[in-house]
Amino acid sequence: MPIQYYIFFCLTLFSIGVIGVLTRRNAIIVFMCIELMLNAVNLLLVAFSKMYNGAALQITPGSTAGIDAQIFVFFIMVVAAAEVSVGLAIIVMMFRNTHSVDINFLNRLKN
Amino acid sequence: MNTLEILFYALSVFAIVSAIMVLVSKNPIHSVLWLILVFFAISGHYILLNAQFLAIVNIIVYAGAIMVLFLFVIMLMNVQSDKEPQKKLLIKFIGVLSGGSLLTLLIALVKQTAQLEGKQVLMKEGTIGLIHPLGKALFNDYVLPFEISSVLFLSAMVGAVIIGKK
Repeated sequence: MPIQYYIFFCLTLFSIGVIGVLTRRNAIIVFMCIELMLNAVNLLLVAFSKMYNGAALQITPGSTAGIDAQIFVFFIMVVAAAEVSVGLAIIVMMFRNTHSVDINFLNRLKN
Repeated sequence: MNTLEILFYALSVFAIVSAIMVLVSKNPIHSVLWLILVFFAISGHYILLNAQFLAIVNIIVYAGAIMVLFLFVIMLMNVQSDKEPQKKLLIKFIGVLSGGSLLTLLIALVKQTAQLEGKQVLMKEGTIGLIHPLGKALFNDYVLPFEISSVLFLSAMVGAVIIGKK
């Protein structure tokens, strides 16, 4: 499978996430779109890792080149899990104060 | 067209349609369920690339833990979908337009890149996605980041408890 197909697919998912962040006002949906963007990047990292590994395997059999990208994906998942726990706590706190999850209420921060 | 290509296209279309449904659904709970389907499709892509460890971790962490947390929060808040504020139609149109232009720009750039011509992704073969090489790399070269990530989790846990308590 050519690498371009994977890049196009991941760019589409990423752009859908961007559109979601720009067009929705519900804070939870905005947060979910950020997760979608993270996942698109993860898939692209794995695809590049397999591309690099396939090229290295033809020169040296048994090569583990490109394994770093998969470890990066693992760490991105770790950071995403931590981010979600704190972010949802912030959203719950915001809901308790304003009784809404509308992100337009957050402009109070500027006063 | 062989089986791999059919699976690739099917999973891609499935993921993109589900991702669009995440945005279109009015009810936040439906959005969460569609997003879980996107994660399952992406796990299928990982299995096609023979990244078995990441496929399982993706299902367990994302579909299993993170999305359940989202569902809990949505059900806790009891947000009515008809009361949900909507952006103005003009803002929505501008958002879709700018996202679409970003996509067009990036695709045009990738199409022009000469370094990517003829590069193939190794599918359903290779051992780097299995748990044995990944564990060796994680606990030899990346053992310090691995330990630091546990501190990150601890701080995230303390932060979430402190934010949630007051």
